[in-house]
Amino acid sequence: MDELLAEFLTETNESLAELDVALLKLERTPDDHDTLSFIFRLVHTIKGTCGFLGLPRLEHVAHAAENVLGKVRDGSLPAEPNTISIVLTALDRVKAIVTGLAATGAEPAGDDQALIAALDAVAAGEPPPSPVGRDNVPTGLAEGTPCEPAPPLETEASPPAATSPVFAPQPAAAPLAEPAVAAQTIRVTVEVLEDLMTLVSELVLTRNQLLQLARSQETSDFAAPLQRLSHITSDLQEGVMKTRMQPIGNAWNKLPRIVRDLSHEMGKKIELVMLGADTELDRQVLELIKDPLTHMVRNSADHGLEATADRRAAGKPETGRIALNAFHEGGHIIIEVSDDGRGLPVDRIRAKVLANGLATEAELASMTDAQIQRFIFRAGFSTASTVTAVSGRGVGMDVVKTNIEKIGGSIELKSEPGRGTTFTIKIPLTLAIISALIVAAAGERFAIPQISVVELVRANRRADGANPVIERINDTPVLRLRDRLLPLVNLNDLLALGATTQETGGAHIVVAQIGAAMLGIIVDRVFDTEEIVVKPVAPILRHITMFSGNTILGDGSVIMILDPNGIARATGIGASGESKAVGAAAADGSRSGDRTAMLLFRAGGPQPLAVPLGLVARLEDIPRETVEASCGAPVTQYRGRLMPLVPMSGSVDITAPRQPVLVFADGDRTMGLMVDEIVDVIEDRLHIELSAARPGLLGTAVIGGRATDVIDTGYWLEQAWRDWFRGKPKQEGARLRRVLVVEDSDFFRQLLLPTLGAAGYEVVGAASAAVALRLRDAGATFDAIVSDICMPDMDGIAFARIVRESGAWARLPLIALSGNAEPQDVEAGRDAGFTDFVAKFQREALLASLQQCLAEPVAA
Amino acid sequence: MTVDLLERPQAGIDEEQVFVTLTVADQLCGVPVLCVRDILGEQTITRIPLAPPEVAGSLNLRGRIVTAIDLRRRLRLAPPQAGTPRMSVVTEQGGELYALLVDQVSEVMSLKAGAFEHNPPTLSPEWSQFSAGVYRLDEQLLVVLDVGRLLALSNAG
Repeated sequence: MDELLAEFLTETNESLAELDVALLKLERTPDDHDTLSFIFRLVHTIKGTCGFLGLPRLEHVAHAAENVLGKVRDGSLPAEPNTISIVLTALDRVKAIVTGLAATGAEPAGDDQALIAALDAVAAGEPPPSPVGRDNVPTGLAEGTPCEPAPPLETEASPPAATSPVFAPQPAAAPLAEPAVAAQTIRVTVEVLEDLMTLVSELVLTRNQLLQLARSQETSDFAAPLQRLSHITSDLQEGVMKTRMQPIGNAWNKLPRIVRDLSHEMGKKIELVMLGADTELDRQVLELIKDPLTHMVRNSADHGLEATADRRAAGKPETGRIALNAFHEGGHIIIEVSDDGRGLPVDRIRAKVLANGLATEAELASMTDAQIQRFIFRAGFSTASTVTAVSGRGVGMDVVKTNIEKIGGSIELKSEPGRGTTFTIKIPLTLAIISALIVAAAGERFAIPQISVVELVRANRRADGANPVIERINDTPVLRLRDRLLPLVNLNDLLALGATTQETGGAHIVVAQIGAAMLGIIVDRVFDTEEIVVKPVAPILRHITMFSGNTILGDGSVIMILDPNGIARATGIGASGESKAVGAAAADGSRSGDRTAMLLFRAGGPQPLAVPLGLVARLEDIPRETVEASCGAPVTQYRGRLMPLVPMSGSVDITAPRQPVLVFADGDRTMGLMVDEIVDVIEDRLHIELSAARPGLLGTAVIGGRATDVIDTGYWLEQAWRDWFRGKPKQEGARLRRVLVVEDSDFFRQLLLPTLGAAGYEVVGAASAAVALRLRDAGATFDAIVSDICMPDMDGIAFARIVRESGAWARLPLIALSGNAEPQDVEAGRDAGFTDFVAKFQREALLASLQQCLAEPVAA
Repeated sequence: MTVDLLERPQAGIDEEQVFVTLTVADQLCGVPVLCVRDILGEQTITRIPLAPPEVAGSLNLRGRIVTAIDLRRRLRLAPPQAGTPRMSVVTEQGGELYALLVDQVSEVMSLKAGAFEHNPPTLSPEWSQFSAGVYRLDEQLLVVLDVGRLLALSNAG
């Protein structure tokens, strides 16, 4: 092929890819002159080069498209969807012709008169000939037999005109691959890359041996060249590793176009959010998940999101949201596909399961909703009552699941009625480079993925005054870390390494983040961080969930890679079957639900009691003799002051030598709650199911699988200090600041109201965003709003948008309460209009934030 | 492939099969040579915590991670004396490499099918489940090890 032509093809393909993106951007922001000029310039260049190279078909199509764009640019034509659609159609035609050109070296034969006429009509300001506007949006959606699994949406591979009755059919040459176009890249089989990888690994090992030898000889002529060899080897290793990795964004880049076309076709407003597009994964894996992902996004758009009218009726923003989120987690790639639609209808799935004979009624009766929802992964299942062109062909999720499992992955789903559905795909990496911390316990070395390591803490096993001390509740080690209790596990015990647990001396604690929970792993030594290549463990070892893989270190030794998630599951943190991997709240894309670390203890009976760990300042185990009396009430000397002690149960066992105490603190005031025994710290969803029958308890919740009474800390604080909640000096000025608290959980609301009340605010609680909005419409006035993020029906993000949109509250400070404040959540919150973000239970932080927000003059 | 060849020992008494012979606790054993990828001397083996007891650990064979299975433990034999160097026979199954830790690897032998016998029914189950049969040699008996079954460790460990 002509060199000039090859260059043109490469350039044009790049331009076309940019054009797609730019046009969609233009559609969203029709007034963006820069984008418009950019598009115009690109199309103009294509047209100009075509004329120069003598490619009449391309030239004519490009010319007609340029005409339309020209009118848009000089303002005589609005950049409305129909106009953009016709231009996109023209670009698809250009792509098809370019593909044919690349295959044969000459323009394929074909007739573009209809398309050009349509373009000219639009340019002339007439409405486009009827079918051109929408039906011909060439997405390939209408193609395929009804039972084709997850039809590919490659627009290049399926010439648009093939689906269009208006345009002339494309020549057969078009569907061929794009040989000349991809001249910049070459295809290499994976085996070649694998072999290269193995060779490089060996080279590294040999290099290391040489370096070791060179070190023993002080002056050697080899030193300098060896140093160079070493650098080159490192670069080579890096390069070879890179060859297999690609950002996942490459699999996503077609999705905006697909979603855009779908939203037009179905008349829904859809926003596609893509996070973590630069997460790299093995390109082979990438290819294999492309189609399943596309299918899932289309499913979300079609089944998941409600029609605009339904959304409005449900009090949701009209624009539905589909979010893709990719990230590394413990040697895996996690991809979440979530929508904020109607959720999976359990009833309809149940009916369908029965109708299809997939399970009996008795079996269904014993299943949880989550189990029933998983039926959508079974073959031959589709709940769409009408078969649309988009999905609902009776195949789908089962094919998706099979495809993902084929590459050793897994798929989980979580769905909440009215709030949406989240699919979580977990793909193990056959080859992923991660940074890992090398630690040792009982003389064995292990790697911990750096991504889950938050910090390293040095602690003593026995108190010596200098370093923090590992304390024990019963036999469970814990560490006080900045006024929080950190649950600890001993790597030696966990892995049954067999070394006798040391009772004294120093220890290193690796603080790991697991989902929303924190866990400290006690190790003997901490070495360095190293870049490692994760290799899967042998099949006979896959059942050991503590390891996510193994790797070879620079010195040639094999080392196991710890999986913090597996450790968490083994220790009971963040465990609980179905929901474990998919703690994602569908609507806001945050990755954890309302899981709360709870301190379990006993007092006056065998049944466990619970209190959120965040509310407890410290745990103390004081000798009995230090419990003294003040005016008949027990007190103890604590940090140089008297601390009132309140017995949790009516009678305190005064014969026990020691007294466990939960210390609550507020400013310089402390109070100790005397309990019988501190049992455990566990992480669970806090959902109060029964309200309390007696004072001092908030109600009963299922925590760690047991019915557990949750204590009302406010009540007990008042027992110690009658004025605990009244002691604060009232704010200056006549009027109390009014704060609205929007929080669906009764527990948190009950916790927040007295807390804020105590701080001198007048507080009104609302159990949902809808209730709050009714207050607004009823004319209630406030100085600030504190809102939860994760709420059913309408979440905090949506609430914030509505508040900001209009009405009397549009300018009020809005503070978000969130179980976890990850950067992307904070960003989403700020986008929605939140003024500040405060983690739940951070009482001080909330008060500080409120004070700050209210101190600044509210934007007038 | 082992089974395949052994199922027709009568195909011709002169037909020969080639084995790598090895000893474990003084018993001569054989592994079909085609199963063997490598013979290794004493290696540094990384222990794998929580693994089944038969898994001795993993080792690095030219950049590939090999899971080592202790043949003595697999056959419920006493552990070797401390400090005795051991050798490994590396085999491949399902794309994964495994090393069988043995006491000694001796030689490669060509054996006539006529000398093959099925397992004596009285052979203890620890052995019979991993033995594909026995060859009568002049001096001693050679037990043919079924590599597939040796590597089929149950996950229950």
